[in-house]
Amino acid sequence: MAARKLAITGGRVIDPAQGIDMISDVLISNGKIVEIVAGSPGKSYGDYEVIDASGKIVAPGFVDLHTHLRDPGQEWKETIITGTRAAAHGGFTTISAMPNTDPVQDSAAVVDDVMRRAATDGVVRVLPIGAISVGQKGKELAPMGELADSGVIGFSDDGNPVADANLMRQALSYSVELGLPIINHAEDKKIAAGGVMSAGAVATRLGLAGVPAAAETVMVARDLHLADLTKSRLHIPHISTMGSLVALRAAKESGVDVTAEVTPHHLTLNDEWIFGLHGEVPAIVGSEAYDTNTKVNPPLRSRADVEALIEALSDGLIDIIATDHAPHSATDKVCTYNDAAHGINVLETAFSSVFGLVDVGKITAVRLIESLTAGPAEILRKDLGSLKKGFSADVAIIDPGNKWVVDPTQFESKSVNSPLTGVELAGRVVQTIYQGETVFELNAVAGAKQ
Amino acid sequence: MTNPTITVGNGANAEATDVADATASPRHHLLDLDDLSASEISDLLDSAEGMLEITGRDVRKTPALRGKTIITMFFENSTRTRVSFEQAGKILGADVINVTASASSVSKGESLLNTVKTLQAMQIDALVVRHPHSGAPYFISNYTDAAVVNAGDGTHAHPTQSLLDLFTVRNHIGDIAGKKIAIVGDVLYSRVARSSIIAFQKMGAEVTISCPNTLIPDEWQLGTVLDESTGFDGLKLAKNVDEAVDSADVVMALRIQQERQDSGHVPTLREYAERWGINSERMALANDDALLMHPGPMNEGVEISSDVAHGAQSVVEEQVRNGVAVRMAVLYALCAPGKSTRVSSGDEA
Repeated sequence: MAARKLAITGGRVIDPAQGIDMISDVLISNGKIVEIVAGSPGKSYGDYEVIDASGKIVAPGFVDLHTHLRDPGQEWKETIITGTRAAAHGGFTTISAMPNTDPVQDSAAVVDDVMRRAATDGVVRVLPIGAISVGQKGKELAPMGELADSGVIGFSDDGNPVADANLMRQALSYSVELGLPIINHAEDKKIAAGGVMSAGAVATRLGLAGVPAAAETVMVARDLHLADLTKSRLHIPHISTMGSLVALRAAKESGVDVTAEVTPHHLTLNDEWIFGLHGEVPAIVGSEAYDTNTKVNPPLRSRADVEALIEALSDGLIDIIATDHAPHSATDKVCTYNDAAHGINVLETAFSSVFGLVDVGKITAVRLIESLTAGPAEILRKDLGSLKKGFSADVAIIDPGNKWVVDPTQFESKSVNSPLTGVELAGRVVQTIYQGETVFELNAVAGAKQ
Repeated sequence: MTNPTITVGNGANAEATDVADATASPRHHLLDLDDLSASEISDLLDSAEGMLEITGRDVRKTPALRGKTIITMFFENSTRTRVSFEQAGKILGADVINVTASASSVSKGESLLNTVKTLQAMQIDALVVRHPHSGAPYFISNYTDAAVVNAGDGTHAHPTQSLLDLFTVRNHIGDIAGKKIAIVGDVLYSRVARSSIIAFQKMGAEVTISCPNTLIPDEWQLGTVLDESTGFDGLKLAKNVDEAVDSADVVMALRIQQERQDSGHVPTLREYAERWGINSERMALANDDALLMHPGPMNEGVEISSDVAHGAQSVVEEQVRNGVAVRMAVLYALCAPGKSTRVSSGDEA
């Protein structure tokens, strides 16, 4: 690793893990954080290479607990190379790898392969998540101990909820010894009944089968009770309903060891986006409706759910933001809404989209960055997500004034399935440093598009 | 893409070429009725009057759409709607090609997108689409210059069915405004119900729905009147079928599918017949000269009893006959010479 010395000077350093929010300089050497030097404008650092961050926010590199890299098995959608580059583009220096690959990450052999290739081909850190059940089929437990030994950071059957409550109970119980969380996509498929968007007036108007909020809420409630029963660690992915929040609050207050994540899209988009007009509700449904890039599971919810999720993230009930980055190729999205695959391309728009909530005063920049850094690092129980001395020098430099229009053809990701296409966002990661090396820097030409 | 302005026909004769453009508006497709104004709907119905006269002639043929190519593309089983469109196109002199495609053809290789692009390359004038997925005609309309006519998409819309219902009612009772329409049956899964609600409300009628609570959207509640936030402002949801039918001018029974019993939406079709079936006792609650309608195909003895289905108040067969005339009016409005909206790729700006 580089022997390079870097001094990131004059920026507003926000490191929630240390309670730091002040204009400071960040010193990096040998890929590690050396120290944060406060209040010394113009100070020179000898042989350090200087990055002038004045006017910028300097934050720990973001940590994502929910990424789909599609590799191995669906390399036409994303690869470890393109996925980690997309991550770097979005300010993420640590991402997870969900196990719904082909083959599934349900054995040490597959996990080892992903980790080995990530180490050589990836530009940021990749932490794999192992399957809960063999083949993610929900029938028998995957070798969770073997997977833990290989370095997985949790277990999930991803888009396949563990429908069998007893299997879920055993998975939670077995994971206690391993110290790793169970991450269960909470959706009762029977209640969802093949729905393709959130139930409500928009679904009714479009004639699309709706998924009631209860499909998520009942399984969240079940999992919370099972986590309580087994005294285990439960992590709820992409929480999306007001009912789930009520259950989550009650469980946390009664001492259940539970954490929860919310996605950028569930914080910023609602079901009205399915009309295809960036959230506008038309008098007449037009041919832009049924926008398949809005199809995601859990589905985009109501305005009221979105407001409740923002409030819950702001007050800490929801612990973190995770992307659920789900790249899909054109053949999966250029089709009818029913035929379209679930999933949104998120990594490269994640920060900018949620930073808009800071601009309108719904959440503080500090809490937002905490939910992308210290929060997920705490769930991982790893020395990540902070600029503490000796930590890996993973840094995201943010220009809060940078306005840009989302153009997925410019993504590092292999796929373009973003509902934000053509939307102007403000606040952007302009440089990402991983282990002391710049892995992304917004070039002047692309950045000039304002 | 250009989107030329054309008018819907308001003349009584399809052979007339000087169709007035008083109601001119951009009209390229017929995807649902929400984008038609009441006056545009009236114009289409006026045009259908002339078409109906043509269908009654000894020689049922006009050259109005000679040289035009219409493709019916049905991804779902249908006899009456497909034949109705085919006959409508042929009476107008168009060449009609029927494509029966399985919805599963996607899994067999060719995507809907490629199918549409292939047909587009053949210079067609209109594409009549029936598809099990809501929104499919909207998707298709983005990839073809042909006029797209929605012949039923998933649980979303069936605009020509609703137009023929309006036409049938208008022919019997004149002005639809202020009339009381009772629609009895599955709303949740019925594209006919949704389009009919929009159509009758747009023409000023008072629409009341009755069905089991399992067959309306979750956000609706029986015994209430819907507000604007639902997208169906003013729709009445009766507590029971008798309340809906009471003093109605039109009673429309909708088909109940066996699968609604299988999926637990109704206990049994027998119980459905008992509680929601339209029979002579229930028809007696409606106005004396009330019309009985059904979009077909009927489950006689379930949602409609045989005696009323074939009784004096029934206009079921007339609906089918009118369907051809209305579809002629639609195809003429979208494809007639001088108003063709098809643009070759070379014409694109």
